[in-house]
Amino acid sequence: MGFLKNRHLLGLADVSAEETATILETAFSFREVLDRPIRKVPTLQGKTVVNLFFESSTRTRISFELAQKRLSADTVNFSSDTSSLMKGESFKDTAQNIEAMKVDCIVIRHPVPGAPVHLTRYVKAVVINAGDGTHEHPTQALLDMMTLQEKFGEIKGLNVAIIGDIAHSRVARSNIIGLNRMGASVTLCGPPTLMPLGIEELGVRIDYDLDQVLDWADAINVLRIQRERHGVCFIPSIREYRDLFGITRERLGRLDKQVTIMHPGPMNRGVEIDSDVADSDNAIILDQVLNGVAVRMSILYLLLGDQPG
Amino acid sequence: MQSRPLPRLYLIRNANIIDPVREKEFGGEIFLKNGRIVEIGKKVQVEESSGKVEEVDAEGRYVTHGFCDIHAHFREPGREDKETLVSGSRAALGGGFTTVCVMPNTDPPLDTPELIRFIVEKAADLPVNIHPIGAVTRNQDGEELTEMAAMVREGAVAFSDDGIPLKDGGVVRRALEYTTSLGVPIINHSEDPQLKGEGQMNEGVWSTRLGLAGIPGVSESAMVSRDVQLAEFTGGRLHVPHVTTRESAEWIRWAKERQLKVTAEVAPHHLYFTDADLSTYDTNLKVAPPIRSEADRQALIECLRDGTVDCLATDHSPHTVEEKEAPFDWAPCGMIGLESAFGAIWKVLSGASFSLIEMVQKITINPRSLFGFETDLFRKGTPAELVFFDPEKEWTFSREQIQSKSRNSPFLGKGMRGKVLQVIARGMIHDLPPAGSL
Repeated sequence: MGFLKNRHLLGLADVSAEETATILETAFSFREVLDRPIRKVPTLQGKTVVNLFFESSTRTRISFELAQKRLSADTVNFSSDTSSLMKGESFKDTAQNIEAMKVDCIVIRHPVPGAPVHLTRYVKAVVINAGDGTHEHPTQALLDMMTLQEKFGEIKGLNVAIIGDIAHSRVARSNIIGLNRMGASVTLCGPPTLMPLGIEELGVRIDYDLDQVLDWADAINVLRIQRERHGVCFIPSIREYRDLFGITRERLGRLDKQVTIMHPGPMNRGVEIDSDVADSDNAIILDQVLNGVAVRMSILYLLLGDQPG
Repeated sequence: MQSRPLPRLYLIRNANIIDPVREKEFGGEIFLKNGRIVEIGKKVQVEESSGKVEEVDAEGRYVTHGFCDIHAHFREPGREDKETLVSGSRAALGGGFTTVCVMPNTDPPLDTPELIRFIVEKAADLPVNIHPIGAVTRNQDGEELTEMAAMVREGAVAFSDDGIPLKDGGVVRRALEYTTSLGVPIINHSEDPQLKGEGQMNEGVWSTRLGLAGIPGVSESAMVSRDVQLAEFTGGRLHVPHVTTRESAEWIRWAKERQLKVTAEVAPHHLYFTDADLSTYDTNLKVAPPIRSEADRQALIECLRDGTVDCLATDHSPHTVEEKEAPFDWAPCGMIGLESAFGAIWKVLSGASFSLIEMVQKITINPRSLFGFETDLFRKGTPAELVFFDPEKEWTFSREQIQSKSRNSPFLGKGMRGKVLQVIARGMIHDLPPAGSL
């Protein structure tokens, strides 16, 4: 049995501050493993994990797979585009077939919010949410928090701004929940059309003036503008978006301080973020990627690891 | 459910009789002969010369008019795997309903006089009264009006394209105008498709938390606003189905203040649940229009109290297990509702200080009057349509109690108050299985 209260990681809404601290602390210890010449420990030897990806993903899938291999778990990957799996029956059948092959854990990415919750109704294996539609992406938020903690020493008291398409972002939701719980202040900034109704009730501030937000923030998390979603008049044009919400060298240059830059990737360079900003010393984007493996090792260990005694 | 023919002479004694027409509740007797009401009163005269009278002691039971649901889906023809007229009738009896109006979104849709006749003829021998609602437009495509006069002649009691909103205001205008001479209402599912977009649940803090695409309340009220203004312009009869928002109700109130021929219904699930209940992603709670916020729910209760909303209707919508087992975005909208209706409604309304008579009116005389049915079922000579119930019974809704072919109910495992015990309709007595206690 695992070390966390819940059997699954379905979202950060179910994870307490204490548990978050445990996850991050464990992740830092695994980060040390990643810095060793032989980056592998036998912690999950004999455990089998299936990466069930119903939505295309490169970095999250590789990150999870690496984390599993670093912990010596056996891993299997299953990818499918959703067009061939539109029927709920297929979802259930797929889940139960995988379950029948005796797996310990299923890491699921799915375009429909709540799909990981749905999966827990059909399988006994531990379920880890690797992103479900516009709901949550808990491991991404955890790696963001780990990277902030690494940079600033602690999360408590930090001013963090999340900038961009909040409405369609699972990263934003998990970040809001996690950062709030760990004592950071969160401000959202983006076009009003991309700001979901009632989000203030999650304990965040909304500010539509990017310059004002940059003045306030210690760190910013820049979200990808999902061009494929913008055929339905959320924003008039990429040009106008960049003008109002793009993170440019010029904009940052007007500040009398340094702001730490994060991005969950993949980036649209020249749209929501300029190349020279993304590649600058203030950007901790590649640290996020490395910490992603450590956080996922931490989660897998805490959910699948055997309790001593 | 045990069913048997009603004896020729039948005397019900010691019943708590609720008369929703005269707004009276009294202990008394009901005498039936050949399936019709002979007399209702504190003490009735029984003509014993014409044969043996079967007497039943209804001590502790309440009896009133059989319930009437003006909004149900029995899926026949086309999707008999979900529900048939026969299974739907059993579900109706299980909920105390003796009269049910069925929506036309079958396959093919009920858009011709012949299809209306098919329902009427097929329902003739069933144990409840089934009345078809015809489609407003051919093939429910929102363009050409159906042959409404002929369909009324065959038995259509109203017109609706059901779950497909009439988005073209010009069509709504013509439908309302055309039916002024027929005396039947137009029912328009009020959800502006563009404002609804890809929405899956009520838009608000819960859709934001759950990451499900939101359906704003204004997608409903904007269409209600248009339709009530068209009702004023045409003088037609408009019925607004399953109202879910305070703003929609305000437009209906506006129409009633102007004495327009506008009526409205609310569904039990919109009174019982709020969007917070979707936190488990239960696809049985995916309905159209969606379950709204607690503020909306409270507004709906008040609208039912002050008469802005006239009646309750179940929107009984059976779906197969396989369809509802899908991830939330892919599951169809709708839940079954006939058998859970009374226990769910009375739990909510008794908690909101409604009297039993007020509640009974909302599912008996009010819906019947909207569609021009006989409202005084206690009148001498009227075919007996009676429901017996225990208003105090606290129970839990379970799968075993479901008579419908489908099981898609979010009420499973939920607390109910008030249990239907027996139904008399169309010359038969139906005893319902006892409820499991809480």
